[in-house]
Amino acid sequence: MKPDRQLFSTVRAVRSAVLRACVYLCALLTAGLLLGILGYVLFKGVPHLTWELLSGKPSVIKGTIGILPNIINTLYLIVFTLLVALPLGVGAAIYLTEYATNRKLISVIEFACETLAGLPSILYGLVGMLFFAQMLGFQTSLLAGGCTLVVMILPTIIRTTQESLKTVPEGYRHGSLSLGSGKWHMIRTVVLPCAMDGVVSGCILSVGRILGESAALLFTAGVGTVIATDIISAFQVSGGSLSVALYIYVSERGEFDVGFAIAVLLVVLALIVNTSAKAAKDYFRKRTGVS
Amino acid sequence: MKPKAKIKESAMGALFFVCGAISVVCVLVITVYLIVAGLPAIQEIGIIPFLTGTEWSSTAAEPKFGILPFILTTVWGTLGAALIGVPVGVLTAIYLSKMAPRRMADALRMGVQLLAGIPSVVYGLVGMTILVPGMMQWFNLSNGTCLLAAILVLAVMILPTVVSVSETALDAVPREYEEASMALGATQTETVFQVSLRAAKGGIASGIVLGIGRAVGEAMAVIMVAGNVANMPGLFKSVTFLTTAVAKEMSYASGLQREALFSIALVLFCFVMLMNILLNCVIKKRGTK
Repeated sequence: MKPDRQLFSTVRAVRSAVLRACVYLCALLTAGLLLGILGYVLFKGVPHLTWELLSGKPSVIKGTIGILPNIINTLYLIVFTLLVALPLGVGAAIYLTEYATNRKLISVIEFACETLAGLPSILYGLVGMLFFAQMLGFQTSLLAGGCTLVVMILPTIIRTTQESLKTVPEGYRHGSLSLGSGKWHMIRTVVLPCAMDGVVSGCILSVGRILGESAALLFTAGVGTVIATDIISAFQVSGGSLSVALYIYVSERGEFDVGFAIAVLLVVLALIVNTSAKAAKDYFRKRTGVS
Repeated sequence: MKPKAKIKESAMGALFFVCGAISVVCVLVITVYLIVAGLPAIQEIGIIPFLTGTEWSSTAAEPKFGILPFILTTVWGTLGAALIGVPVGVLTAIYLSKMAPRRMADALRMGVQLLAGIPSVVYGLVGMTILVPGMMQWFNLSNGTCLLAAILVLAVMILPTVVSVSETALDAVPREYEEASMALGATQTETVFQVSLRAAKGGIASGIVLGIGRAVGEAMAVIMVAGNVANMPGLFKSVTFLTTAVAKEMSYASGLQREALFSIALVLFCFVMLMNILLNCVIKKRGTK
């Protein structure tokens, strides 16, 4: 029996070693992919990320390319989308956790959110084009693009807010209500401040999503590169965000240098979004830990 | 309570209800719009020729609208991406959750989150400048844009989803299971693969479905590397996915062609809803276990 057992334990040891090696290899591959992509984009893009590119407008006459309009459009889109989606999303989360009593209704709303979160952005683009741009008459404009994005990021904000609302201790609510406050007063002064972490992380995640979005914006906000004189007119004309501009410059005009420069910008912005999400999480954890 | 305050209270309650109902309304509007926009072309072309036709030439004098190539490309492309991305993702999750030193795990986790945050156009750009010329060189192709390039890009794109969901599932495995396995004499590796992995099966499955969902819906990265020719799928052929068919032609389509694009979107929508239902089943099965 003894040699058999020895053989068995050798087989076991070899199998363990092989599996272990596979795990290390895959982890290495993931890390390598990340570093490779980052390094490649930075290497190709940084030399072309000039001040002229960042601060200029594209001009056919002078033959120059500038992405300032795209930067401004992206900022407009972020601000508009958050301004509209935040109250709606937080309101929906409050309804789900504080008001709704009908289990069936809750599950219907939650199913709707999951569906929205899982829809491909190209479908958002199509329906946004049909509904906002054509049916409501917004045309291909930042307004139509912004409205489409609102629907897209709504589930993100609802979910993160809902999760942190659930962690607010029930005792806070009872305490506040028993002191005679109304329900809305309790939510405004007690529950919501405790759930700020979810709201903030929802916002940060949404900014990341808006920065990276291209398929939904291509047919709703379009590819315009005009700098409008004021905010109202800016939302009435077509305006391409940074991601859309990358796609257009690379695929339709073959300007790879500009594409890589925008890619560097997008990657750096993604990095900032990720770090600030982590920082916000740490900040709120520390604060709730102290209080 | 004062009557004024009472009115305010119920007004706020109604307001929150409206906010809650908005997402349901959005889903309904999207569904209705896709069906209304997508059905006419299907009716005109006929559902069987539309779904099983192997030829798509929307701008020809005698246009043909068969989307079987797109459907099969989406299916094969997604499966291929899953075949590469899922094992790498799950094994990376095992490393993060069970084997890595804490510092290392933190750094790699940040990296994976960054991978998730990189916009899809950037993946497309990198694929276009590395993979596409690479394909031409490695496989002696005259044209580097092909299904394989799209599969590789998609595999990288689903990686973060698979890793983070699987890691959460692996972290949630009760320590007692693993301790019991170790106490019975299993090595750490055996414990991870035979105990933890099985216990986290449901969570990992939902991560895989989520990743596949992302791959099915991806348009912009794929459009840059897949070549966008309506061929039947082949690893080294230029192909069109359901998503890219819509994205590519929508800007200039009109008439029946435009309506057919909406029908493609409807098919894509059905695909995604199917995935959602599948995901719900996976999660439910986990709940009852």
